[in-house]
Amino acid sequence: MTLYERRKMKNRIALAASGVAALIGLFWLVAILGTLLVNGVSALSLTLFTESTPAPGNAGGLINAIFGSAVMSLFGILIGTPVGILAGTYLAEYGKSNPLASVVRFINDILLSAPSIIIGLFVYELMVVPMGHFSAWAGTVALSLIVIPVVLRTTEDMLNLVPDSLREAAAGLGAPKWQVVSHVVYRAARSGIVTGILLSVARVSGETAPLLFTALNNQFWSTDMNAPMANLPVVIFQFALSPYEDWRNLAWAGALLITVTILVLNIAARLLTARPSARQ
Amino acid sequence: MSQQAESMALSAEIQQRIQRQRMLDRAFRAVTMFFALLVLVILGAIIISLVEGSLPALKKFGWNFLTTERWNPVTEVFGARAPIYGTLMTSAIAMIVGIPVSFGIAIFLTELAPEWLKRPMGTAIELLAGIPSIIYGIWGLFVFAPFLQRNIQPLLIAVFEDVPVLNTFFAGPPYGIGILTAGLILGIMVLPFITSVTRDVFETVPALLKESAYGLGATTWEVVWQIVIPYTRVGLVGGIMLGLGRALGETMAVTFVIGNAHRISPSILAPGTTISASIANEFTEAVGDIYTSALVALGLLLFVITFTVLAMAKIMLIRMQRNAGTRT
Amino acid sequence: MERPSEAPRPATAFRGISIGSPRSTDPATLVEKIGIKNLEFFYGSHKTLKDISLSIYDRRVTAFIGPSGCGKSTLLRVLNRMYDLYPGQRAVGSVLLDGQDILSPKQDINLLRARIGMVFQRPTPFPMSIFDNVAFGLRLYERLAQADIEARVEEALRGAALWNEVKDKLGQSGLSLSGGQQQRLCIARAIAVRPSVLLLDEPASALDPISTAKIEELIDTLQSQYTIAIVTHNMQQAARVSDFTAFLLMGELVEFSRTEDIFTKPSDPRTEAYVTGRFG
Repeated sequence: MTLYERRKMKNRIALAASGVAALIGLFWLVAILGTLLVNGVSALSLTLFTESTPAPGNAGGLINAIFGSAVMSLFGILIGTPVGILAGTYLAEYGKSNPLASVVRFINDILLSAPSIIIGLFVYELMVVPMGHFSAWAGTVALSLIVIPVVLRTTEDMLNLVPDSLREAAAGLGAPKWQVVSHVVYRAARSGIVTGILLSVARVSGETAPLLFTALNNQFWSTDMNAPMANLPVVIFQFALSPYEDWRNLAWAGALLITVTILVLNIAARLLTARPSARQ
Repeated sequence: MSQQAESMALSAEIQQRIQRQRMLDRAFRAVTMFFALLVLVILGAIIISLVEGSLPALKKFGWNFLTTERWNPVTEVFGARAPIYGTLMTSAIAMIVGIPVSFGIAIFLTELAPEWLKRPMGTAIELLAGIPSIIYGIWGLFVFAPFLQRNIQPLLIAVFEDVPVLNTFFAGPPYGIGILTAGLILGIMVLPFITSVTRDVFETVPALLKESAYGLGATTWEVVWQIVIPYTRVGLVGGIMLGLGRALGETMAVTFVIGNAHRISPSILAPGTTISASIANEFTEAVGDIYTSALVALGLLLFVITFTVLAMAKIMLIRMQRNAGTRT
Repeated sequence: MERPSEAPRPATAFRGISIGSPRSTDPATLVEKIGIKNLEFFYGSHKTLKDISLSIYDRRVTAFIGPSGCGKSTLLRVLNRMYDLYPGQRAVGSVLLDGQDILSPKQDINLLRARIGMVFQRPTPFPMSIFDNVAFGLRLYERLAQADIEARVEEALRGAALWNEVKDKLGQSGLSLSGGQQQRLCIARAIAVRPSVLLLDEPASALDPISTAKIEELIDTLQSQYTIAIVTHNMQQAARVSDFTAFLLMGELVEFSRTEDIFTKPSDPRTEAYVTGRFG
């Protein structure tokens, strides 16, 4: 075999291997979604949305967990989003080259990837210990701490995409900076910021670890934010590891619900940011 | 005269308005800065609360906490050695399987895939990143672990039975759950993270540079291996570290399939535990200050490790961006 | 800027610059190296080269000139099929290199590119040492002993008039050189594999006048061994270095002739307008 033939062979093998790698990557997505569909769909029923989580060995639903997840995510977003947006605004509008902004940017990126169980421990020390009991509020705070870095990062990125000429045009009309930002820049970056919020909803709706020691779980229907509250991820965790067939089925159903929600949110976020560039 | 007075009154009004706007401007800046600072405050508060929470255990065990393998809630002796081992081992396995596959996917996406396939395929890989870890966990426990137990692990045990060193690594029995299974699940989970960073840094390679190599008659693989990878080296290491940071701190998926055994087995088929899995499993059930404190100390340890790895990743990626700006 | 030269200049002059070379452009002494016939080029459905036919002669310098977007770079990139890297780009017609059609699907692209060296608008040193940069192509196609590689690297660096400047720092990164040196390194890298044709795509456009003069001088030396095709937007440069000139306008070959004729008695009014600086 000549040198060139060997090189061509090597090239073919390496490229085939990278194709195989791509197939492997897709395979997991298909495998995981496939299992979820098969097990989740068969466990779906109307009672999921009408009944609370059952005692061992009984039939029941997930309505208390669905409610808890929705409420805690909602409040988590409501607390985390303004913080994220305003902090992101500082970085993009005032912090292009100041050391404070660089530090915040750096720390935020680390918080973005930091293990979420640490957030759980932190909020446990911060709220559960002083209050003396687990509560939905503690869960909400934990989730909001996960929302902040996601929203902050997307807000900064999206504001940076707004061309400076737009800012200059508004400032040229005599608008003060705060009006330039709030009336012009935010509007121009709106779909991007909404994307960030959607992504953070997707992120928190599957988070389990930070809720384990904050909201804990509650077998019954509860709307008391000062008491432990059921939520889908923790219910899935406990039920999946249980020996009861009914519970396991509910876990699959819950897993399917969460995953579908998250995929829908992710795809919606993508479409939202893809559209402006497609229009150009 | 009256005209002059009028214009003076007007300018006074304008001046007042300007003053007001200037104040609002300052207030807006101050508010945004306050929330930016809040991020630092949160980090500080996390560190303080973790240190404070772990003090009782650290005082009692000192440096032995890191080296003791025993973890006994009854006698209240706690050592982090087994969870540290489990965390490092599962992450190492995740990197061994995750890095080559991620690189392969990134090479496929940047150099090989036809234009119509690039976007949907890239999106699909990124959707993998969106799936919450508890889904990986439940899938790992009910689908992946039994599959490994039936098909892969017996094979590994049989193949390496007579190979020295490796036979202790792959010693039976096949439990299904254990260090290897957790590591493999982590490997799948880090794929999208490493892949997307790798693809992004591959795309920073100037087309002219690649064309120069093609112009000398290099094959696609030679261009990737000899030009693209050396050129993006710093960024690639950053991406790998980012994935590593994720793997080290990943909790729920691991908790499902690791087996939760506070011991260090020579075989990677055996159950073990990781720092995050220990906390997730035991924290709500921990009784007594020392037990709780030992778990918080594990959390502090995890925080220090992941913070270091992620900070290094970040620094490398920043350096990469800077280089991409200055090089032609 | 006077061309640094010791060679006798022909009598013809263009705006104070001596034109052409002392080399023979007598048709009887010319051998066709590359024959382009009815070449058309498409970006998707957009036609950017229209029915181009011309000959590039062995060991002569042929310049492609024209305003930006006229297709001169595209034409150059057809000659080593660099466009093949990008989906949606294709060439129709025939390009014969030593009588063989390189557009034929049977043509091995890597082998073709090994025979045709290319140097780009900007220096593109590979992220490796000076030595490895030059040895890169050698190692691809020839199994050479280390001593032979060293000899060939030195030969190429001498050929590119860079040896004296780098002989003591061959292990240093190619990026440590100045822009002009980097470009000569790229030329050394291209000639190290002893190609029969050299394609230069505006090789001096990113360089200062002194470096440009050195590159032009180098082209003058290299033509004794190589067939050279050079794209340039600088008419004086074309006049100084080339034996033949092709003038392109909006994808069409307006005029192809001896450089002397193009600059002193163009037959097409558009060529005359361009070379006298009335547009472009």
